[in-house]
Amino acid sequence: MPTDIQSPEIAYGPILPLLIVFGAAVIGVLIEAFAPASKRRTLQIVVAALGLLGALAATISLAGTQELVFAEAIAVDGVSLFLWGTLAVLGLASIFLLSERSLDASGGAVVARASVLPGSREDVQLAEATEVQTEIYPLAMFSLGGMMLFPASNNLLLMFIALEVLSLPLYLMAGLARRRRLLSQEAAVKYFLLGAFASAFFLYGVALLYGYAGSVDLGDVFTATGLAQSNEALLFVGLAMLAVGLLFKVGAVPFQAWTPDVYQGAPTPVTAMMAATTKIAAFGALLRVLYVGFGRTEWDWRPMMWGIAILTMVIGALLAVTQTDVKRMLAYSSVAHTGFILVGVIALSRDGLSGTLFYLLAYGFTTLASFAVVTLVRDSSGEATHLAQWAGLGRKSPLVAGTFAFFLFALAGIPLTSGFMAKYAVFKAGVDEGLTALVVIGLLASAVTAFFYARVVVLMFFSEPAPDGPTVSVPSGYTAGAIALGLAVTVVLGVLPQPVLDLAERASQFVY
Amino acid sequence: MSDTPWLTILMVVPLVGALVVAALPKGRDLLAKQVALLTSLVVLALTIVMCAAFEPTGDRFQFAQAYDWIPAFGVQYAVGVDGIALVLIALTAVLVPVVLLASWYDADPEAESTAGVARGAAARTMDSDQAHATSPDIGPLVESAARSGGATAVLERPAQDAANPATVPPAEPARRRSVKTFFALLLVLETMMIGVFAATDVFLFYVFFEAMLIPMYFLIGSYGGPRRSYAAVKFLLYSLVGGLLMLAAVIGLYVVSASQGEGTFAFEQLTELEISTPVQIALFSGFFIAFAIKAPLFPFHTWLPDAGAEAPVGGAVLLVGILDKVGTFGFLRYCLPLFPEASRILGPYVIVLCVIGILYGALLAMGQKDLKRLVSYTSVAHFGFIGLGVFAFTSQAQTGAVLYMVNHGLSTGALFLVIGFLIVRGRSRMTADYSGVANVAPILAGTFLIAGLSSLALPGLSTFISEFLVLIGTYTRYPVAAVLSALGIILAALYILLAYQRTMQGPLRLPSHLGERMRDLNLREVLAVAPLLALMIFLGFYPKPLTDVITPAVDATMQDAGVSDPEPTQGRAAAPTR
Repeated sequence: MPTDIQSPEIAYGPILPLLIVFGAAVIGVLIEAFAPASKRRTLQIVVAALGLLGALAATISLAGTQELVFAEAIAVDGVSLFLWGTLAVLGLASIFLLSERSLDASGGAVVARASVLPGSREDVQLAEATEVQTEIYPLAMFSLGGMMLFPASNNLLLMFIALEVLSLPLYLMAGLARRRRLLSQEAAVKYFLLGAFASAFFLYGVALLYGYAGSVDLGDVFTATGLAQSNEALLFVGLAMLAVGLLFKVGAVPFQAWTPDVYQGAPTPVTAMMAATTKIAAFGALLRVLYVGFGRTEWDWRPMMWGIAILTMVIGALLAVTQTDVKRMLAYSSVAHTGFILVGVIALSRDGLSGTLFYLLAYGFTTLASFAVVTLVRDSSGEATHLAQWAGLGRKSPLVAGTFAFFLFALAGIPLTSGFMAKYAVFKAGVDEGLTALVVIGLLASAVTAFFYARVVVLMFFSEPAPDGPTVSVPSGYTAGAIALGLAVTVVLGVLPQPVLDLAERASQFVY
Repeated sequence: MSDTPWLTILMVVPLVGALVVAALPKGRDLLAKQVALLTSLVVLALTIVMCAAFEPTGDRFQFAQAYDWIPAFGVQYAVGVDGIALVLIALTAVLVPVVLLASWYDADPEAESTAGVARGAAARTMDSDQAHATSPDIGPLVESAARSGGATAVLERPAQDAANPATVPPAEPARRRSVKTFFALLLVLETMMIGVFAATDVFLFYVFFEAMLIPMYFLIGSYGGPRRSYAAVKFLLYSLVGGLLMLAAVIGLYVVSASQGEGTFAFEQLTELEISTPVQIALFSGFFIAFAIKAPLFPFHTWLPDAGAEAPVGGAVLLVGILDKVGTFGFLRYCLPLFPEASRILGPYVIVLCVIGILYGALLAMGQKDLKRLVSYTSVAHFGFIGLGVFAFTSQAQTGAVLYMVNHGLSTGALFLVIGFLIVRGRSRMTADYSGVANVAPILAGTFLIAGLSSLALPGLSTFISEFLVLIGTYTRYPVAAVLSALGIILAALYILLAYQRTMQGPLRLPSHLGERMRDLNLREVLAVAPLLALMIFLGFYPKPLTDVITPAVDATMQDAGVSDPEPTQGRAAAPTR
């Protein structure tokens, strides 16, 4: 037995953004414990916002760093920094959405006491009470911290820990809807059970890969794939199980089943955060695993990923067509987008990497803002998410409907929006690497997605409003700011994408 | 050639106009209309100046500009026009003000009835139509008079309705539609239409090609007929599917260019690529399907009758007159020069599609009961002729095809406008609801006749020359196709004259709410349609200004495509001097 375990030398500088976010989360917990109830909300918002801004600033100051720290477990490189910056900004927008109080008469989208049984007398009273609970802020911050650690993990065990850190708070947050609480709790349980399975697969995969390579470091796995005498079965089964865990998080078919239920049941601000940030973090981790750990065994995993990408694009697009709920439709649309992003991942080239990063950024802002718009359309029982209720919205509030239509066109990939540039970037990388068939399927799937986006536009603009239809609530600056940010990014990346493309290009460098 | 960035100015002016119109406060509908019309007239004036500065014998692409737009993708903002693009931009600049004027009340029919009644009152006090027609006021401005005389109108309307309640059909539920949005959309569309013809960077072309769909989608969907949402979605989806296949080809083109040096989208560099034949065929197919859907060629045409019938009349004119031309323009500009071998191999099959389209479109047009669908199907036949001209690979036929694009815009535009005027009056699109209109509205009937005769290519009207050139040019290479297509001319005479006879001639029978009376065209409507008729007649006798600029561009295209005329001396001499 080795007795002298040496503690690794720790460089705190390069992981400053992570430390700031986790630090803010811990402070958030302390605020919950010690600050007076009346001041908690303000304090929490300030701490979370400052934490994320600080993380953003620290990320910017680290630009150009390429090193492995923490005993080579954390890779601080272009990809990590790019994703950290994106996650910090999107996290800030999510915090803003969570802070919105002027939409719901009783304040906020989050339930005041999650432990109360749905439907009980207490619950009915609580629905009308103006009480708010602020635990969601530290939960969100822990989750965001996990998301930042996830794609930066160069060590599969650390990656598993990051996966759990990002997932557990999300399971909770999904169940915290103030209205339609049963649906929300059902979503949380589903998400938790399926997520636990996926985590188990991931962990089992890690174990098998350890058996194969004798190490859980991605660099060592890569080295092992170059040696002839290794046991290939362990490699394949291990990689497949690892992939199940990761593909579950990105919402790829056949591991997408949780997406519509969770997206629909979770409070919409939480959905917005999940849809944007979880996908970014999970794709970041997938990129690192495939590019760094398995870059040499591409012929083993590419056919599998081909199939998954095709299934994801086609099934996501086709199932979205049949949806009648805005949130479920956006959920299936996110599945289809996962398929498009996978094209960039499979390309396995520098262009593919930078295209994927660009896509994640563009998609994150558009989808977050789309869900933010969904929070605005309400009737007496809360958000009106059934599509039929959106009929004629363009007549009643052209500004909100127009903004939403713009986001839908961006998601459909119409030129002069960020969605088009992003799709172009990944598809070009795909054709460059000979994935022409995949790209053509992707383009045809895009046409199908355009159909259901166009149908929503038809409903909003070309149909007569229902007499007792929902109204558009006027949000406070929090939601308005998040939507404006999404709109600005969607327009700028659609018209002048060059600076961000440059940034993604320079960032597409892994260290190992 | 000057350094003035003409094309950029032409694109920016309507865009600024659209923003101004959109930013106007609610309720200033008249001002919005006036700003829009003024903007489009400024564009027209600028276009005329630009055309005057164009040197037919000069460089192939003139007024060219190129700036890096997205270096990461090798994309430039590059614009420039050859003769073909120039005449199509000129057509756009002519049609947009015409459409604005003709659609003056399309978004707010109530305003028209107000204006109409007031105008009727004014005419009555003047006691003669003559006095009205010679009065200096022009149509649009009458509305302001109508506004001031609004009180009279309001007083008169209930009385009128009460007089014959039985004849008033159940009114559609009142749809309040934004007037300024309508006009802003038309101006945005103008920017994109100019951009799509001016782009010399394939990526930029694609951006305009796709972005153009959105304003048209809203025009059809928000301001169209009863089945407007169906038509709008069908239009959008057909175009998007084609566009996305083209995107695959655009990407492929870039990858090919990158494999032979630096990746680029610049048109002139792309024509110099060496592309292997199978790759050419694949890329050609991507572009071809997109353009064939757009044009539309048989069998990709099924969206057009719906979109054409449900779009507001102004939108239909631009849709058929210009948006569809992007398809045939694309054949000439991109398919032939970039993929010469593929074009030569697949050309004969395209010719077959075109001939089918000519005959099939004509036959279906004859069977239509709906006037707007009828005109849409005639366009399917006409686009068959244009496609025939493009893929016949003779300079005569291609010159004819480009002329045809312009002339078809004028004649079909005029036909759509006149039918629109008729529909506004009768509130029905059905041929069966009208008979003997010429008795009560002679100017309307006369305009219909001239536009119709132009559509069937009567000698002396501009379409004759283009159709003749196409057929002559096709005959030297594909005699059978030319002969079969010539049958299309007979069918055209049938469908136009039958429609004219059924609606305009015979005993008077109008939709019941009109009784025995129908307003003839008013000054605004005459002003809208007159320029088109004048151009048709002028170009029918003197097409030289067009052929002068078209011929060099066609020659350059033929050269890029690596084909020459079968009998060069005959073919070349005939085209420009005709």
